Amino acid sequence: MSATGPESGARIRIHGGRLVDPANRIDDILDLYVADGRVAGVGEPPAAFRADHEIDATGQVVCPGLVDLCARLREPGQEHKATIASETRAAAAGGITTLCSPPDTDPVIDTPALVQLLRERSERTGYARVVAVGALTHGLAGEHLSEMAALSRAGCVGVGNGRAPLANPLIQRRALEYAASFDLTVFVHPEDHWLANNGCAHEGAIATRLGLPGVPEAAETAAVARDLALIEQTGVRAHFCRLSTARAVRMVARAQYDGLPVSADTAIPYLHLTEMDVADFNSLCHVAPPLRTQRDRDGLRAGIAQGALAAICSDHQPHEPDAKLAPFPSTEPGISGLDTLLPLALRLARDGVMTMPEVIARLTCGPAGILGLPYGTLSAGATADVCVFDPQAGWRLTPADLHSRGHNTPFVGWELEGRVTHTLLAGRVVYTRDGHR
Amino acid sequence: MSQSNAALQLDEEGRLLHFLTIDGLGREMLTEILDTAEGFTGVSERTIKKVPLCRGKVVANLFFETSTRTRTTFELAAKRLSADVLNLNISASATSKGETLLDTLRNLEAMHVDMFTIRREKGPDFGRLRVAIVGDIQHSRVARSQIHALNLLNTGQVHVVAPKTLVPAQAEQLGVKVYHNLIDGIRDADVVIMLRLQRERMQGALLPSEHEYFQLYGLTEERLAYAKPDAIVMHPGPINRGVEMDSQVADGPRSVILQQVTHGIAVRMAVMSMAMRQKTASETELEIP
Repeated sequence: MSATGPESGARIRIHGGRLVDPANRIDDILDLYVADGRVAGVGEPPAAFRADHEIDATGQVVCPGLVDLCARLREPGQEHKATIASETRAAAAGGITTLCSPPDTDPVIDTPALVQLLRERSERTGYARVVAVGALTHGLAGEHLSEMAALSRAGCVGVGNGRAPLANPLIQRRALEYAASFDLTVFVHPEDHWLANNGCAHEGAIATRLGLPGVPEAAETAAVARDLALIEQTGVRAHFCRLSTARAVRMVARAQYDGLPVSADTAIPYLHLTEMDVADFNSLCHVAPPLRTQRDRDGLRAGIAQGALAAICSDHQPHEPDAKLAPFPSTEPGISGLDTLLPLALRLARDGVMTMPEVIARLTCGPAGILGLPYGTLSAGATADVCVFDPQAGWRLTPADLHSRGHNTPFVGWELEGRVTHTLLAGRVVYTRDGHR
Repeated sequence: MSQSNAALQLDEEGRLLHFLTIDGLGREMLTEILDTAEGFTGVSERTIKKVPLCRGKVVANLFFETSTRTRTTFELAAKRLSADVLNLNISASATSKGETLLDTLRNLEAMHVDMFTIRREKGPDFGRLRVAIVGDIQHSRVARSQIHALNLLNTGQVHVVAPKTLVPAQAEQLGVKVYHNLIDGIRDADVVIMLRLQRERMQGALLPSEHEYFQLYGLTEERLAYAKPDAIVMHPGPINRGVEMDSQVADGPRSVILQQVTHGIAVRMAVMSMAMRQKTASETELEIP
């Protein structure tokens, strides 16, 4: 793998590939021309263009670099699990060019200094772009508002309280109102902390059988109901993070139909796995919110297909091995997802849930729109974040294939289709698969 | 899931190698354990309370928390099989892990011992039995194991009796009938198993008080009369007198709670000897006298 490709000002021609740019409704065999870090031409070269570097994309798909709505880089604070360097490298190998970090680093992203730190460290290693959601409350403690205006000025794409609860609904209302004053998007994790009651699996027949404390469906739907009421009350623009129930999808879709400014996403594991996958206490399937029923999985798939859920994220949470070696409830939740985001998303097309360009949309312009960023497209003049992948490449996932420091994924052993061959970040090649030029 | 647990615990010929969970063991194995335990009940009555089955073997007891009851029964069982016993005391600072292990051991103890006790008192045909389990099903690993074992042994009817807050979600799918009324739940029961109520349940807004619990679910002579005339009363122990049952029932003629303790040794001997026998199959085949 190489990150020392041509200089960022270089002129690159990516030829012969199937160009899929959902933002511009393009799906055709077209050449892509890159110069000075931007898209210089699609289909036709700009005048007097001479390429410094050619990428042969015959038989491949050329699409915008993927935008991952939620990926934990573990830095600062948990560098024993992973670092910005290791995870942005993994992102590049997965075709992901923009990563959004949630605020729950240590220390929490509640000051401009932390936003700056993330930006500087990711720019220094240079494999992927890192943006951040700032903290809604100071220290994510749920009591005092953070300096949201300062965070916004520092470049946060929005604010949120992560999975930490707010002290009471009044504080939630005030926090939403304050954020709305600055036109900030609030990222909401809809889970009633008290109804969830430290559960670690979906409350149902399987958790009952295994004796695992359960998180009822109502923990999510009750929270969504209250959040929607407050969103309407305060006029804030909100995004629901990682929906896990079919019911919540319907509630959000209804609210969208009624004109509320709400968006939603789910993470890729929820589109493939269910509570059945926990049945042998497999701690690799311990995630929060928990994997739920088949019906919920189907409801989430429908939501993604119809667009009520505009984005699929990785919800990347790399862990050291010890974090998953304990009795199930004592393990830390989370799956390491950067390496498998693209192939697992493409599987939805293979399974007939939606077309491949629609899948690409949920990974590019969909999340970019939610973050309010000008990425995820290949429009002329756009930043040249590009992902080239071989849609036919079949491979069986082994630990050796994982670039992330976290090997905690239940997808090891799965037969996957779709492998990234080149990734460009702002016109610079940051990843080339071995054996490719 | 059952398959992986079976693969973990049984060898290629389906004999017991390790004992971790009932799931995956199957009815034949469960019955074999109970039958083997039968053979060991006589040992406790002899002058020389030993059989040489595990002579030369070392049994290590790894307990994260001190527990007189559980540990001594394991120790006695191993010693009666003539094994050498090593007690490894890990300090109590390994808190959460330790509690889970201890609960697991308590659970294994209770499950097989209870099936063994029922079989001794009521005979081997579980199909004609109605068994009621009363109390905190939600938080009891013992109850879940008992339910599983009772279903494996084709018990006629299994009832669970508790307020809704103490019954787990979709409990019927475990193969039980759920009752919130004690009399309805234990009517014509052959076996009534009372579970221990823990103080924390009042803290978690699951129950208002021990007083009300006893009013609704406490077993008294009067209520026990609704079960069959020869019904037996069991309890994994230790009993909260005046909460799960009153002293009259606990010390009464229908209670087999004390026998449960003795039976525990025989069942452990059975499991240990079966698991260890596989390793000495190529050496001498020792017979139970």
